[in-house]
Amino acid sequence: MYAQMVKSEATNDDPALLEAFQARVDANEKIEPKEWMPEGYRKTLIRQIGQHAHSEIVGQLPEGNWITRAPTLERKAILLAKVQDEAGHGLYLYCAAETLGISRDEMTEMLLSGRMKYSSIFNYPTLTWADIGAVGWLVDGAAIMNQVPLQRTSFGPYSRAMIRICKEESFHQRQGYDIMMKMAKGTPEQKEMAQDALNRFWYPSLMMFGPSDKDSVHSAQSMAWKIKINTNDELRQKFVDQTVPQAEYLGLTVPDPELKWNEEKGGHDFSEPDWSEFYDVLQGNGPCNRDRIEARQKAWEDGAWVRDAMVAHAEKRAAKRIATE
Amino acid sequence: MPSLPDIMTPDAEALAKAAGKGRRVTLPAGSPEHDLFTGLTRMGDNTLILGHRVSEWCGHAPVLEEDIALANVALDMIGQTQLWLGLAGTVEGHGRSADDLAFLRDAWHFRNLLLVERPNRDFGHTLMRQFLFDAWHQPMLKALEGSSDDRIGEIALKAGKEVAYHLERSADLVIRLGDGTEESHAKMKDALERLWPYAGEMFLADEVDVRLAHEGLMPDPAGIRPAWDETVAEILAEATLNRPDSDFAHKGGKQGRHTEDLGHLLTSMQWLQRAYPGATW
Repeated sequence: MYAQMVKSEATNDDPALLEAFQARVDANEKIEPKEWMPEGYRKTLIRQIGQHAHSEIVGQLPEGNWITRAPTLERKAILLAKVQDEAGHGLYLYCAAETLGISRDEMTEMLLSGRMKYSSIFNYPTLTWADIGAVGWLVDGAAIMNQVPLQRTSFGPYSRAMIRICKEESFHQRQGYDIMMKMAKGTPEQKEMAQDALNRFWYPSLMMFGPSDKDSVHSAQSMAWKIKINTNDELRQKFVDQTVPQAEYLGLTVPDPELKWNEEKGGHDFSEPDWSEFYDVLQGNGPCNRDRIEARQKAWEDGAWVRDAMVAHAEKRAAKRIATE
Repeated sequence: MPSLPDIMTPDAEALAKAAGKGRRVTLPAGSPEHDLFTGLTRMGDNTLILGHRVSEWCGHAPVLEEDIALANVALDMIGQTQLWLGLAGTVEGHGRSADDLAFLRDAWHFRNLLLVERPNRDFGHTLMRQFLFDAWHQPMLKALEGSSDDRIGEIALKAGKEVAYHLERSADLVIRLGDGTEESHAKMKDALERLWPYAGEMFLADEVDVRLAHEGLMPDPAGIRPAWDETVAEILAEATLNRPDSDFAHKGGKQGRHTEDLGHLLTSMQWLQRAYPGATW
């Protein structure tokens, strides 16, 4: 999963240092944690990487929703492995963000209090088993589209985390598509579930790339710093062009009557998602916003005694060690 | 006693026939194949049900590292289930796959220990259940490595490597939480007392166990007890928890008489297979 709509932060640094920094970024040098960086670059990255990490964590919930109902032992094992990977991605990303001077606990606190966001795609529910296919195929597909270029991002730890994450995400997307194939070639009910999942996840997936570039005022600075590599519209177009033939292969219909191949531009023309829905979800009015954050709050609060006990036990051990030395 | 009113069903015979349709021929009880099938489903149902319970945690653990570790343990147990139930289906010889056994049997055909179907409650309870099970599972698998049936030995060897890690982890957490804060100690004490009456079933042999042990296929459950006692004594002491006095043991899971919890677990686990019979996924 990935971060959306991260505003780049203003920066008030020494112009000479800024210029030298920009020259390094332009020369495709990786910026490492202990090196000088503009404050705005640091803050933007913390928000972007943090949001990305939170998306991995909250993203466990809609898929975890089906682990106990997975239809075969193999599907259950694959889904468990996938959700475990997502938690692992969250871990690498929190570590990458920590190199910028923020702790995981601080970021968690910000997620739980609503001061940091996660990708709004996870505010949609997974209603049938086909949704698990659609999440892998479309949501992970859109995430990969965003993340592959980020392997070349200027911040070293983020770029290295992305390289690992992308390898696993492509396995996730394949497992999603594999579920869709089984469903689309299955019984009439299975096919109906598959089409319904595509109908519900198509536009939210397109929203994952963020609003159109013409409405996205913060892209330019992030692109100059190579925190962002492609524009939202470029990635969305690429995603549609890649996904349409996959839907055709499945015998499913993309829920867009305006969708057609445009020979001249060498890509599909397609309808924009309903951006008012996007902003509604972003403001907390998606179908699952409240449930998702409450589930995370509950996990955190219910787990407090466990975390406290681990710390207390570690202190006891340390005290014993000192006493015996 | 007054006779119950006869409910008139004009086509009772046809209905009875239809109900019987698809019912499989069962192996004769007491036959060597039936014993082995039972022994294998006991192993596979334990890992299936406990794996399922652990997987319920996904996304809700106290810290991210524990989410990852719980998923890992669940994943291992689902993998082991595929092997045990796969072999059970082969031994039965009626063409039932591991999935058929997992998703199409009803509660009274499950042979898992009652311990593993007990609900998760809190993290401490989940880990205590895991520890009591792992402390049995590891020596059990060690003994199964020497089974007179090589297929069993191979599965036990593979599973044993995974379970050694499960035990290391669950024992470590029982120690940390037992000897952590006052609150964590109280929770672990409560978990131990609640789960203790479900531990004894692991060591009780029935006639199937006796025959399997006699054939060298599976060990006598009582023989696993000393290793379990030793591990449990060592870890509980380090965790500052007292071993409960009572040796009372709830039993019946291995014979298919379960707690009310199993039916609910199966209701969600088997939902898709039951709702869309014959579909492939």
